[in-house]
Amino acid sequence: MDTPNAEVDALVRREYQHGFVTDLESDTVPPGLDEDVVRLISRKKGEPEFLVEWRLKAYRHWLTMAEPRWANVDHSPIDYNEISYYSAPKSKEDGPKSLDEVDPKLLETYEKLGIPLEERAALAGIAVDAVFDSVSVATTFKDKLAEQGIIFCAFSEAVREHPALVEQYLGTVVPYTDNFFAALNSAVFSDGSFCYIPKGVRCPMELSTYFRINAAKTGQFERTLVVADEGSYVSYLEGCTAPVRDENQLHAAVVELVALEGAEIKYSTVQNWYPGDENGVGGIYNFVTKRGDCRGDRSKISWTQVETGSAITWKYPSCILRGDHSVGAFYSVALSNLRQQADTGTKMIHLGRNTRSTIVSKGISAGRGQNSYRGLVQIGKGAENARNYTQCDSLLMGDRCGAHTFPYMEVRNPSANVEHEATTSKISDDQLFYCRQRGIGEEDAVSMIVNGFCKEVFRELPMEFAVEAQKLLEVSLEGAVG
Amino acid sequence: MLEIRDLRVAVDGKDILIGLDLHVAPGEVHAIMGPNGSGKSTLAHVLAGREGYEVTGGEILFEGHSLLDLEPEERACAGVFLAFQYPVEIPGVNNTYFLKAAVNAIRRHRGQSELDAMDFLTLVREKLGVLHLDESLLRRGVNVGFSGGEKKRNEIFQLALMEPKLAILDETDSGLDIDALKDVAHGVNALRSPERSTILVTHYQRLLDHIVPDRVHVLSGGRIAVSGGSELARELESRGYDWVREEAAAGA
Repeated sequence: MDTPNAEVDALVRREYQHGFVTDLESDTVPPGLDEDVVRLISRKKGEPEFLVEWRLKAYRHWLTMAEPRWANVDHSPIDYNEISYYSAPKSKEDGPKSLDEVDPKLLETYEKLGIPLEERAALAGIAVDAVFDSVSVATTFKDKLAEQGIIFCAFSEAVREHPALVEQYLGTVVPYTDNFFAALNSAVFSDGSFCYIPKGVRCPMELSTYFRINAAKTGQFERTLVVADEGSYVSYLEGCTAPVRDENQLHAAVVELVALEGAEIKYSTVQNWYPGDENGVGGIYNFVTKRGDCRGDRSKISWTQVETGSAITWKYPSCILRGDHSVGAFYSVALSNLRQQADTGTKMIHLGRNTRSTIVSKGISAGRGQNSYRGLVQIGKGAENARNYTQCDSLLMGDRCGAHTFPYMEVRNPSANVEHEATTSKISDDQLFYCRQRGIGEEDAVSMIVNGFCKEVFRELPMEFAVEAQKLLEVSLEGAVG
Repeated sequence: MLEIRDLRVAVDGKDILIGLDLHVAPGEVHAIMGPNGSGKSTLAHVLAGREGYEVTGGEILFEGHSLLDLEPEERACAGVFLAFQYPVEIPGVNNTYFLKAAVNAIRRHRGQSELDAMDFLTLVREKLGVLHLDESLLRRGVNVGFSGGEKKRNEIFQLALMEPKLAILDETDSGLDIDALKDVAHGVNALRSPERSTILVTHYQRLLDHIVPDRVHVLSGGRIAVSGGSELARELESRGYDWVREEAAAGA
């Protein structure tokens, strides 16, 4: 261990010579993880003492944990000492200089998805400022939001500018002890987003465009914290329909949502990381912990996700319904094609009285994809008159894919009302022939039928996102039939 | 319009049609009748290009071109329409959306401009009245929760929207009450024109009281056993199909 430590020390010293902002581009920490690396990450970001300590506690706890094995996914072991836990944004010289140097297949996909020209370059990894002034766009939005007291910024910026808010809420929904990947993320998270909506403020825009342009730069261990103060409302859109270039295989993000009394948070995700090829080579491992806490009475949190990418998805956006009359919702479309594996679902934890939750999960399996829904509905002792409705539908395409459902229910209060409905269907030859007899080609027919299957989820998405999500499904299913 | 010569079709290795000949001229309405299992629906499906039917011999010419070389959607675009005996449900797909996609697919093929939502709605309203179809069906999923009668009316409604050259109605009368039957017949009659041909596949004569065919054919033993004018249908109604089978057997 001497050598890596010496290197780390050298890096730390060099960083201090040049200052930690300007020299970011040339910095990369050698692979491996120990307390020094955790300290280094924190120091590079100029973090206050409480955060360094929190990261270190997370790291020490992580050392005592084992990787979860219960998910219905299969992958070769991950060597956590082969990962570099801090790498600054890639140098512009490394990336393609112009669209001419970008893989034509990727460009074709952007075209099909209708991604605006100026954004394509940014997504393909070309230095953004050369083609698109994202900074000024971001600033414009920020000024508009700041007028209402809304804070929306990079997580590292929030740590510098609003340390008290971060300290108050960080880790209160997903503690670092929560699970293996959450602990790892807490120790080494690189950056992410922070959002605070003050009391009684209704956020005037979908928090989307800004994020989309910047999504190309988000790191391997993202951390997101959204706090909606009493009586406020925010709709937050994460991710991007375009396949984003990324060399990191392991992604372990954490998202925490806090809704105080009467507040409402709508959180929508479109995830389209590289799924690997048809033989299962490459592709992102997406191990995410997402949880919302309906902390106040009459608060609402709804998760909507469209998951089409990644080789492996391990993700259960959940709601803790703590406040009385609080409402949780989970709407999900998960597609596994090629050799993709998705184990995804939700947890609805009813603690308060008269709490309600709705789960609508649509799993689509094609190719050799494996799709599992895993959900927990838990009604606590004090959760009088809790209600849950779960609908869980699977659609199979072809005969080499699989759909699995693992619903768990734990009811400790006799006044609870819990419903579960599940269906499994195949796109039938009858349906395809019917469409084709009306002049609609086979691929169009498939995407029409699949979009129909997903309709209940898509209508929860903000309008422009819903349109993109539909196109994304079409592109992701190309060649899945016939 | 349509020329079928010595058509032979097998399903799962079993011969269903063994040398069927049929000639349908533009503007004509032909009824294909016959007992259950005589291959009426097989003929309808083979014309539309359904998979699972093996054409072992013969040819089908549509306006002089072989239909057998075309995919189902290409046949539809060329002007072949099948009204299904059992229209399938497609949950979550709005009926109007589906109809518009179908109409525009065919317009594209014909080199016409696609209809926008407003133009399409105008077209829909124009055709809707004829069939006494409730407008609310347009906002539901394709055939989802439709009654038997509503499904069949919806098929004829599609026929009216798509204005094909050759319309094949596969047992459209089965399961219809008399009011629905009249509406369906009215819809089909309204579409009769010198350029459009129709094949009515039916088991019963009662549809033919409302849509009077130019020719009636009786399928038996895998080929057309007897052909005649519309009076043949009435003869079948009173005498049944047995005598046709006997004549076919005697002729073979």
